[in-house]
Amino acid sequence: MGSPVTGAEGAPLAAASSTSPGLKPPTRRSTELVLLAFAAGLVTIALILVDANQEKELTIQILWLGLSFLGVLTVAHLAVRRWAPYADPVILPCVALLNGLGLVMIHRIDLAMADVALPGGQPWSDAAPKQVLWTAIALVLFCASLKVLSDHRTLAKYGYTFGFLGLVALVLPGVLPSFIAPEINGAKIWLAFGAFSIQPGEFAKILLMVFFAAFLVSKRDLFTTAGRRVLGLDLPRARDLGPLVAAWAVGVSIMVLQKDLGSSLLFFGIVLVLLYVATERAAWVVLGVVMFSIGAVVAWQLFGHVKIRVQNWLDPFEDARDAGYQILQSLFGLGTGGLFGAGLGGGRPDQIPEANTDFITAVIGEELGFVGLSAVLLIYTVLAMRGLRAALSVRDTFGKLLGGGLAFAVAFQIFIIVGGVTKLIPMTGITAPFLSKGGSSLLANYILVALLLRISDAARGPKSTPKPRPQQPAIADQFTVMVERPK
Amino acid sequence: MQLTRAGFLVLLWLFVLAALRVVRSDLYAASGLRVPTPGLRRGAKKAAKGSKAPRQLVVTHGALAGTRISLDGRPILIGRADDSTLVLDDDFASTRHARLSMRGTDWYVEDLGSTNGTYLDRAKVTAPLRVPLGSPIRIGKTVIELRS
Repeated sequence: MGSPVTGAEGAPLAAASSTSPGLKPPTRRSTELVLLAFAAGLVTIALILVDANQEKELTIQILWLGLSFLGVLTVAHLAVRRWAPYADPVILPCVALLNGLGLVMIHRIDLAMADVALPGGQPWSDAAPKQVLWTAIALVLFCASLKVLSDHRTLAKYGYTFGFLGLVALVLPGVLPSFIAPEINGAKIWLAFGAFSIQPGEFAKILLMVFFAAFLVSKRDLFTTAGRRVLGLDLPRARDLGPLVAAWAVGVSIMVLQKDLGSSLLFFGIVLVLLYVATERAAWVVLGVVMFSIGAVVAWQLFGHVKIRVQNWLDPFEDARDAGYQILQSLFGLGTGGLFGAGLGGGRPDQIPEANTDFITAVIGEELGFVGLSAVLLIYTVLAMRGLRAALSVRDTFGKLLGGGLAFAVAFQIFIIVGGVTKLIPMTGITAPFLSKGGSSLLANYILVALLLRISDAARGPKSTPKPRPQQPAIADQFTVMVERPK
Repeated sequence: MQLTRAGFLVLLWLFVLAALRVVRSDLYAASGLRVPTPGLRRGAKKAAKGSKAPRQLVVTHGALAGTRISLDGRPILIGRADDSTLVLDDDFASTRHARLSMRGTDWYVEDLGSTNGTYLDRAKVTAPLRVPLGSPIRIGKTVIELRS
């Protein structure tokens, strides 16, 4: 996709923004490598601690696992060094640490569950090897997306295509018959192909973000036309509300048809933030939040599954053995962890249902305590902050919108899941990016990070040169040349 | 057990601090936007008293408001083309709209045959015009000016 052209444009030269000509901005790739090694070391130590505290035999194999983790990260690092040399040095190490911690926790939950006799006598199937495999695939995809996409602006050209694909991916599991789109844990968001299943919604998130960014860049003026001014807010005109209403309808229908509150909230939140970033007008956010609240209240009145979630949120003890069980166990886990946690491998993650997906932050809170969990949340914050930073400093509007949206998506997703786990908001099943078990989520989030790195590479790299253009004399000075004789 | 428990938390926080350190050292260095530290700005102001040469181009209105580009003597192309120095996303700007170039110590603006024209302080730019410090150049919905 135009890679030779952009390659020529990207020829290094003095950045227009740097004060001294001839000075290339620092790439900071070595910093990234050091941080990556730090992350890999932390993950190895975590693995050793888990196995030691679970009284498993410590073998030299653990070191090999740690080294191979570092090796895989080095490959990703080399890919960044090769294809996005000026990208942000903090993003990849943060992702690596979160992913590694996730793997260790999933392994730790495997150990815990292996001891528990499952009802029905089935042995617990280990989730960690599968997740390692997904991580490998995700990293391959990460490198591939960095290579294929040499300029994020090419994405804008496929905006509508991506929007269509994203919409299809979003609604597909909701409308397909249940033999291919089974309802698991009350949500109809999976597509099952034999042994493995994917969640197209995770990819739809990115596709739709590309679409909205491209759409808003080309139609931004539509959204800034002032309407009436009410209570210090410039309300948009009623006829300009179409796109917002459409997004709202899609969001609410996800909630109703697929019974997936988390995705619905995430989707609508992303739309609102992109609108706000594009127009700088708070009216859109206020309107959107009001609309969403109305939709949510109506859904709460009408649909049983929404009602149950809200009931569990307001008073989980009312049905502590059944509906409120998950959230209560999670709260007890967090309470057991206290300030400093029970230590890695010292908690009881087998007591928490869905411990390796939705409630993985509860397990981390139990074993690492408030101090550890807040460190993990800070790492997410750093990740989102660097994404926003890249969005701020990139020069093209599409990159700004897309980068802002992607960074916000990560932060909002972790807010929704941790808010649910800690009973700040009603619990909704959504994955914690990079931590939770789940192939689709991992793949999609690695693509998201590749896009962020691409944008930050464009933002921090040297400004592309104007193509050397032959200086043409003014048209009046040119010799008249007969191009084609009229017949 | 207690030691490893605390040790791991300490290491985890060290990672966060290391990441934040990198972020901090990065704030002013390679962010693309030039955000001068207060100390640096004072120095720059003092230097500016001596010489009135423009040092940067600032976008004051429009979608890119706040963008600053340092002037290093090379001409600055403005337009919607991807390879412009200042890429405008503006329906009223042309692909190659205007050029700022340096002659001696002065900067001149010239219109590159744009559809909607370039205005220097309300006057339409038809031939290369000298750009004084701080006078607005209007291109579509974007207004830029030179500052020292």
